[in-house]
Amino acid sequence: MSSINLKKVVKFYGKTEVVHGIDLDIDHNEFVVLVGPSGCGKSTTLRMIAGLEEISDGEISIDDTIVNELPPRKRNISMVFQNYALYPHMSVRENLGFGLKIAKQPEAVVKQRVSEAADILGLSELMDRTPAELSGGQRQRVAMGRAIVRHPQAFLFDEPLSNLDAKLRVQMRTEIKKLHQKVATTVVYVTHDQVEAMTLADRIVVMKDGYIEQVGTPMQVFNHPKNTFVASFIGSPPMNQLPARIEGQTVVFDDGTKLPVPGHLADKVREGQQVIFGIRPDDMTPEGHGIQETGQSTILELKVDLAELLGTETLIYTSLAGQEIQGKMFDPRDVSPGEVLKFRVSLDKAHLFDAATQQSVSVG
Amino acid sequence: MNRRLKSRIGKTALWIATFLLMLVICIPGLWVVLSAFRPNSEILAKPAIWIPRDLTLDNFAQIFGFGQEQVAIPVLSYFTNSMVIALTSTAIAVLIGMSGGYAFARFRFLGKNSLFLGLMLSRAVPGIALSLPVFMIWSKLGLIDTKMGIIIVYVAINVPFTIWLIDGFFRQIPKEMNESAQVDGCTRWQAFWKIEFPLARSGIASAGVFAFLTSWNEYALVSQLSRSTDSKTLPVGLMDFTSQFTINWAGMCAMAFIIIVPALILTFLVQKHLIAGLTFGGVKG
Repeated sequence: MSSINLKKVVKFYGKTEVVHGIDLDIDHNEFVVLVGPSGCGKSTTLRMIAGLEEISDGEISIDDTIVNELPPRKRNISMVFQNYALYPHMSVRENLGFGLKIAKQPEAVVKQRVSEAADILGLSELMDRTPAELSGGQRQRVAMGRAIVRHPQAFLFDEPLSNLDAKLRVQMRTEIKKLHQKVATTVVYVTHDQVEAMTLADRIVVMKDGYIEQVGTPMQVFNHPKNTFVASFIGSPPMNQLPARIEGQTVVFDDGTKLPVPGHLADKVREGQQVIFGIRPDDMTPEGHGIQETGQSTILELKVDLAELLGTETLIYTSLAGQEIQGKMFDPRDVSPGEVLKFRVSLDKAHLFDAATQQSVSVG
Repeated sequence: MNRRLKSRIGKTALWIATFLLMLVICIPGLWVVLSAFRPNSEILAKPAIWIPRDLTLDNFAQIFGFGQEQVAIPVLSYFTNSMVIALTSTAIAVLIGMSGGYAFARFRFLGKNSLFLGLMLSRAVPGIALSLPVFMIWSKLGLIDTKMGIIIVYVAINVPFTIWLIDGFFRQIPKEMNESAQVDGCTRWQAFWKIEFPLARSGIASAGVFAFLTSWNEYALVSQLSRSTDSKTLPVGLMDFTSQFTINWAGMCAMAFIIIVPALILTFLVQKHLIAGLTFGGVKG
């Protein structure tokens, strides 16, 4: 239970600056997910919090203590690694108890804490096995167990699920969430998977190229992306983004197609502004198969290029102004390529970004 | 049926061929071992006596100075010298190899690649090519005919090899092991001793055994750097059995047997270690 604060944290590898002075405040018991494409500096940031990488400039404090110079063992944190890093020459029991033994805890305490952690994670049956004798999911659980036995101030997770198959990943994701609810502790979690970020986080930190692009709750980040990068990174399938121009009360695309300017953004744009029009596939559905006619919406007639049946919905690939875009058909019927569908576009949910700055027009 | 017969014949032929080949390889060794336990008369008999009639431990008693007949060769000192030199040089080479191998596997530092290449290249130079310069320097430093002088040479021969081997073993251990241990509360040093060292143990042991065998069996250099019982090792001492007119084959073989046995035992150990390799379950991929 503790807060973590990053102030203007910079990281250089040799002469290359990989993290550019980021600021971040993580509250007590908060579950914060750092998300971004590979090479965005999220793992480096986590490793700096852990003390496994030196901080080139700036300040990191845990519970108001500056930890810049403290080695990992003095930061009272624990970390789950992508490859688990279980000690192969020790049994599960020894793996779990290792940190406590190093800290010279009495035997009874070690025993009690280890069995407590084993209970929480359902490892009691596996205590005498070595890591080699465990499945991927079990290893993952041991790694988490090793993190919780020490009752640390914060948990750090570095892409803990990326070595698991898809089904197990979903299952472990839920377990991590439950674990956080059971042992209320500050969590910093790194992933490149935006679904993990959305499902787990209290707050998401979207990073790119060593900068923080946006910090917010999953809802905020999803509904109000600050820029085109966040808009395309969060949400699957990604938001459709089309270059356009503001003319009077309309958004005009490159091929001359016109849509009304979304009402909630009308006073945020100026005449002649080059913009990027963003709409999520979920907010662009064939008539009668999704969006009801409430709020501001408009109709676009588009030809189907490809339809992907997903079960409860069908993903429809079409194009507008020469660019491929996607819509969703809920409660689907059979659709064949070439068919022209009337899409209802929910303008209430549309986004506009300035073409030059890539920033959302609704941000300052 | 026909095919089974054919494959059986093929297999049998293969076994016979293997047996013959191994016989050719093993006979000299076997002859040495047999001769170690036979009197000189039987060894020199013509035609050769293949199946020993008269097994005896006299040869060993002789060279170690027991029994009636004694040989004026200080085998015990040679044995002690060999042990001291081989064990000391191995211990030093393994210690340096461990620190060096760990550094090469884990740290980034200036000139790392060239240094490593340099070490490997030094392996390519045959030790004997350096014997003259070493001899001259050692004579200036007063290291000729000292155990210390020979130990230094053996350490120099072994270090590149131990570094290379141990580096490979440490490289196989993901660095997250060490990091995880550090997060778990270890100092870097503790993380090394409690996690990385035990995992690389078999590699370190192999390096040690190899280094020991090199030192134990080396002849060319030590034959020039040693003079007396102060530093002569077993392989050099073996030559003491050849005098101007006679060769004491029985004593020589007995001594050769003493040299072979530790080497043989250790070779089996190495084999076991190398085959066992490292089984990693803690890390996937």
